[in-house]
Amino acid sequence: MYLPLCPLPFYILHFMRYLAMYIGTILRALNSLRKGMKLTGYYFSHHKEIVTQQYPENRKEMFIGDRFRGEVVLTHDENNEHKCTGCSACEIACPNGTIRIISKFEIDPETQKKKKAIDEFVYHLGMCTFCNLCILSCPTDAIIMSKDFEHSTYDRKPLTKILNKPGSKLMKGVE
Amino acid sequence: MIEFVIVGTLVIGLCVFLGISFVYMERKVAAFMQIRLGPNRVGPKGLLQAVADVLKLLLKEGITPQASDKFLFNLAPFIVMMVAMLVLAPIPFAKGLLMYDINIGVFYISAVSSISVIGILMAGWASNSKYSLLGAMRSGAQIVSYELSAGLSIIVIVALAGSMSMNDIVESQRTGWWIFKGHIPAIIAFVIFIIAGTAELNRAPFDMAEAESELTAGFHTEYTGMRFAMFFLAEYVNMFTVCAIGATLFLGGWMPFHVSNFEGFNHIMDFIPPIVWFFGKTFFLIFVIMWFRWTFPRLRIDQLLTLEWKYLMPVSLANMILVAIIVIMEWHF
Repeated sequence: MYLPLCPLPFYILHFMRYLAMYIGTILRALNSLRKGMKLTGYYFSHHKEIVTQQYPENRKEMFIGDRFRGEVVLTHDENNEHKCTGCSACEIACPNGTIRIISKFEIDPETQKKKKAIDEFVYHLGMCTFCNLCILSCPTDAIIMSKDFEHSTYDRKPLTKILNKPGSKLMKGVE
Repeated sequence: MIEFVIVGTLVIGLCVFLGISFVYMERKVAAFMQIRLGPNRVGPKGLLQAVADVLKLLLKEGITPQASDKFLFNLAPFIVMMVAMLVLAPIPFAKGLLMYDINIGVFYISAVSSISVIGILMAGWASNSKYSLLGAMRSGAQIVSYELSAGLSIIVIVALAGSMSMNDIVESQRTGWWIFKGHIPAIIAFVIFIIAGTAELNRAPFDMAEAESELTAGFHTEYTGMRFAMFFLAEYVNMFTVCAIGATLFLGGWMPFHVSNFEGFNHIMDFIPPIVWFFGKTFFLIFVIMWFRWTFPRLRIDQLLTLEWKYLMPVSLANMILVAIIVIMEWHF
């Protein structure tokens, strides 16, 4: 508390002003506490909207946000064609070597030229940190994050996945 | 001798029952305030969840760290638990239903409850871990400072009732509870008592002693199994005692709610047994303390001590003088 050199009435005045400020602080603090308690009290007494989902029961109608990162999948269309050109940008982008692309050269039936294509898109789910960098780096948007999250197994072998389906090939027009 | 055995068994039973029911209540209140469901898997509506937790703790291995002070490490949880049970002694649960009627009941409570600091410091020191020690020191600073304003707000009621015996204080509220009879000072004292009580319990928003994000678990970092459960139980029993004292001093203990000169209403209120009144009031205060926990953010250690020494302490001193004037002038009812 700052007290200037001045006659006694001013001292008293100064003290009163300080006291008013002090009590004002306490009352404002109490009011803000009351506001917070009002909100939680409202939630407590209006127990209708629940944010929790009852997981194993609601497997069918479970809500998962669009940005959820479950695992990396290579999208295939109905003709069993994917968009992966085998450029291995994702393999380079991956910070911990989760993706390994084994490419092969096959001969284009139309032009009779050698062309690069993927043999195996190997994805080690066990090492993936779901950082999304592979999806961002893909120039042809071939891979996406799926919403499937039930990955637990008793053995780590099933966690090494080959993402391209057998017999699939590159979609036409994707370079 | 037989009396001692019976009372001892009852107290231990009460403590275990309170511990289990508070854990369940706490989790449900927390869930409802955060728009969640809370425990609902073990037993109907999750009622057996706390029992399952206790069973789990019983089956766990009790580890004593190699570098710890073995004797103190094993002694500390018992001291904390013992203090929590001792404080229960002078609390009147209903008319004539109290374990130890002494004429300095209130003083006894505030004296004995400060012993628990020793247990906590002992646990922190004996663990030989930096987290434990820091947590224990914080807890010590906190309990020692908040005991002052808790004591001063108790003195307000002692001055109004003119007695330190818990029985007499309850008896003095036959015509009306002190929070209604005591004008504004009693209300201020009640608010201060609840705040200081929450701080003494080391509960959020005053849980500096535990502060999970910085001290893992404070003074009970190194404790496992049943010895950890003892600290946990003591914390909840202390919560019950603080709320029971608050209910006895300010809300009339087991006295039913009476409106003066309103005979019909008073008669209906008299039909509710006193023990229900007592536990109803206590559980209401416990709910308020839980409400605090799930609403307010945690205080920093300097904010915590500022609140005590710059706000609660001067306010309760001024409040005490105000009450002294009221009592001398006989302005209270």
